[in-house]
Amino acid sequence: MPSNNNAAERKSFQRKSVKSTSYLFLLPTIAYLFIWMVIPLSMTIYYSFQKYNILLPYIHGFNGVTNYYQVFISSDFQASVINTLILVGVSLLFTIVLGILIALIYSTDFWGKNFARTLFITPFFAMPIVNGLLWKNMILNPTYGLSAWFERMIGISPISWLGSFPLLSIIIIVVWEWLPFSVLIFLTALQSVPETIIEAARIDGAGKLSEFFYIILPNIFQTIYVVLMLETMFFISIFAEIFVTTSGGPGLASTNLPYYIYLQGFFAWNVGKASAAAVITVIIANIIVLFFANFLSKKLKFGGE
Amino acid sequence: MKWVLLMVFVLLVAIGISSIAAVTTITIATVANPDMVIMQALSPYFEALHPNIKLNWVILPENELRQKVTTDIAVHGGAYNVVTIGDYEVPLWAKNGWLVPFTSLPATYDEGDLISSIKDSLSYKGTLYALPFYGESSMIYYRKDLFAKAGLVMPEHPTWNQIETFAKILNDPSHGVYGIVLRGEPGWGENMAPIDTVINAFGGEWFNMQWQPQLTSPAFEKAVNFYVNLDRKYGPPGVTSMGFTECETFFAGGHAAMWYDATVAAGYLSDPKTSSVASDVGFAFAPSDVKKNTGWLWSWALAIPSSIPASSEKSEAARTFILWATSKQYIKLVAEKYGWLLVPPGTRYSTYENPNYLKVASAFALITEESIDNADILHPTVNPVPYIGIQYVDIPEFEAIGTQVGQYIAAALAGTQSVETALQQSQDYVLNIMKEAGYIK
Amino acid sequence: MKSKKRLEKFTIGVIGFVIAIIFFFPIFWMFLTSFKTEVGAFSIPPEFLFKPVLTAYQAVFARGDVQKYFINTIISSFGSTLIALIVAIPASYSLAFLKPKGRNFTLLWIISTKMMPPVGVLIPIYIVYTNLGLIDNIWGLTAIYVMMNLPIMVWLLFDTFSNIPLEILEAAKIDGASTYKLITNVLLPISKSGIWSASLLSVILAWNEGFWCVNLTNVNAATLGVFISSFKAGEGLYWAKMSAISTLAVIPVIILGWIVQTQIVRGLTFGALKE
Repeated sequence: MPSNNNAAERKSFQRKSVKSTSYLFLLPTIAYLFIWMVIPLSMTIYYSFQKYNILLPYIHGFNGVTNYYQVFISSDFQASVINTLILVGVSLLFTIVLGILIALIYSTDFWGKNFARTLFITPFFAMPIVNGLLWKNMILNPTYGLSAWFERMIGISPISWLGSFPLLSIIIIVVWEWLPFSVLIFLTALQSVPETIIEAARIDGAGKLSEFFYIILPNIFQTIYVVLMLETMFFISIFAEIFVTTSGGPGLASTNLPYYIYLQGFFAWNVGKASAAAVITVIIANIIVLFFANFLSKKLKFGGE
Repeated sequence: MKWVLLMVFVLLVAIGISSIAAVTTITIATVANPDMVIMQALSPYFEALHPNIKLNWVILPENELRQKVTTDIAVHGGAYNVVTIGDYEVPLWAKNGWLVPFTSLPATYDEGDLISSIKDSLSYKGTLYALPFYGESSMIYYRKDLFAKAGLVMPEHPTWNQIETFAKILNDPSHGVYGIVLRGEPGWGENMAPIDTVINAFGGEWFNMQWQPQLTSPAFEKAVNFYVNLDRKYGPPGVTSMGFTECETFFAGGHAAMWYDATVAAGYLSDPKTSSVASDVGFAFAPSDVKKNTGWLWSWALAIPSSIPASSEKSEAARTFILWATSKQYIKLVAEKYGWLLVPPGTRYSTYENPNYLKVASAFALITEESIDNADILHPTVNPVPYIGIQYVDIPEFEAIGTQVGQYIAAALAGTQSVETALQQSQDYVLNIMKEAGYIK
Repeated sequence: MKSKKRLEKFTIGVIGFVIAIIFFFPIFWMFLTSFKTEVGAFSIPPEFLFKPVLTAYQAVFARGDVQKYFINTIISSFGSTLIALIVAIPASYSLAFLKPKGRNFTLLWIISTKMMPPVGVLIPIYIVYTNLGLIDNIWGLTAIYVMMNLPIMVWLLFDTFSNIPLEILEAAKIDGASTYKLITNVLLPISKSGIWSASLLSVILAWNEGFWCVNLTNVNAATLGVFISSFKAGEGLYWAKMSAISTLAVIPVIILGWIVQTQIVRGLTFGALKE
């Protein structure tokens, strides 16, 4: 992060530059995001007020808020909102708590530490589609999978994980994929906790627990915030893992909002309803973003305006 | 002289260019099933017969194909010139004006040879809108060796109660053999296909004549309870992730005593290269209860989207290709190259009159033909219904309905909720959709 | 006291390795399965010791279209990264040095597009793409990946550029360098490492993407992800083949990830974290 002492110089630099250049340089980025994001989003909003079913081409027209009404009262939508919240919430809890603990382990010096950490972070770099298929077939398949073998070995009959505990299974896959992410970030944060403070605390005879709660935790508090924000963004849009494993089922047990929209759009062919659900999802996501925006704009303060 | 040479040269170039331009490339979208893979492999023979047509293939799993083809046709994208669709889509899409009709077929095509139930299912208001590539019904596959060992005899026309008794006796999970395997993977084309035929067999139906959903009727409930119990008690764990393919692999691996599914698997199960039970597999008609002839009817057919004008070269080329791929000559070509066991079944009477085919396929060919012949999509149920279709309901909303109800029943199959709850949820869901769509005021 | 500390270190080390092995094992198991026969992949109990064979890899390459999926994946991930770089460099330069009016708002707006779930724009993009014939077109997919990575790229480059001492640029400016020269000859060389880590992150994210490719392509522009996801349904289960193609698809990125693991943190947080 730049320090503030550059600010004055930056201002002088700015004065010499042509104002129009600054806009010209920004234009491609803004135009690009506008064409690929803002226009489609406006179309989604437009469709959400239309009667539009792909399979019924002869019925169309303005539909008022009917699509929204139908989405809100449908129990599938309610179930998918709840599933999304559980999926995001539980995955966040596990990736943060376990993330800190595992980061503490890998920040301790031990033989082969870097090698162990390298193995540990591998799942994060594999494709979600591959991860989903890998878990669905080779690990969780109740006949041929590793879990079935293990369960038979300990003397219980094989569990159909994706059938009986679909959301839990998805959460396990997501946590397995994303724990390396939070650990990597927490590791960086732990390195920045001043060694001298820890030493001082040790000399004062602080126990491991109080060292963690009074020194380490406050120092990485900001990092927790960052991880929360980023992971929420990614977890809200989880799709590939569900698409290749449970297809949202059984029942609606693992249908989250993106998958619900996908079902409305590409199985019910109801573009109007799917768009309404998409608009609601964007609103939910943006409420969370607003919550974090405060933090982001603080980060932007350094330059001064 | 120079001028003449130059003119000849120009002429030759022009001819060259025009002959290049005369090559029409058509894009064919089809399902990743073995019969279609053979069709693609044989495309050089078609291109040799018609040097001015080039074939471009898009082969996808069923769900993805349906999704992509539907949107492309609906928005008139025009990406595909030949599409592979089923009995469900043909009448609906024909009604929307999305398909080019097949009228005045040449005499050599022998339209009268097409099995009439299949032909009817691909027609809308008496006009054919797609030509059948292969057709199927459903039947019971069983292990003759296990039945003999247990002293059991599979009747030619079993009832569901008999099937349950057999499953109970033959269920032996400790030796890795389950009594029966049935589809559990949710989807209107997956678990709902066999379940619908059980519902019809038990006297249930999706809708009464007023389009009121009947998912909580005693017959419907009895049928779903029966299916769920059968699969849960005598089937393998994790059935909710088993669709056609998984069941096929499972049965071919010798892990189940019985399997109820599409007749099209018979060739795969009889082939020692793909099946470890090839010599032991037996065949019987789809089980019945209060209703006989419960086998389903499905055909994969080739059609031309109307997003490209019917008179255009591409549409003409597409028609030429479809006439070839669904002809008697094509069936003969497959037999020559791959053997009679692998010819696309269930479309033409002549296939079932061919002694060469009957020699290799006699064990299941007649059951297949009779099942297809007897399937009546206009009267699928005991009570009169306002819809057509045996293992589907031919309304645009069914894709969503079937998929979602399939999900609810899958939850019952997984044991996470009772059949009663699943059906109540399904009833509410279907009722809501039917109200939204204006069937019910 | 000392021995107690060593014991503690040893215990933590053992725990560290156990966790690492648990997390790595599924990927490793896929790697093992790719060297089995199809029958071996389905054995009960699972085979841990077996004679490795290459039949699955041979079968994958015999299909003849695997190269196409690789090429499409490479085009879309590297192509989108390159385009995003070209578009983002001037924008980040402007934001970091020229400070246009409403800079903070612009930065927030750019990152906020990243916070919208992609499913929110799927249907319009699908319909427009179908009309324009961009479905199953590799450049159509690449354009989407540019949209996906552009905000991250702008933020990362903005963060990198903001850390550059202004004197260097001032000096070049006094020497009469044009803005173009200033960027290519001065700015880019000194921010090389930041540009590298931003680009690698963008390549990894595009390579592993699993939503747009599944929905917008089918055969001609299909990427490895689309090809692999077709193993979820199809005739017969082929775990060895699935493992073989999956292994080939993930190995480049895993190795890349191993190499850049620490640098990538900065990218993953959009530079929102002190190092």
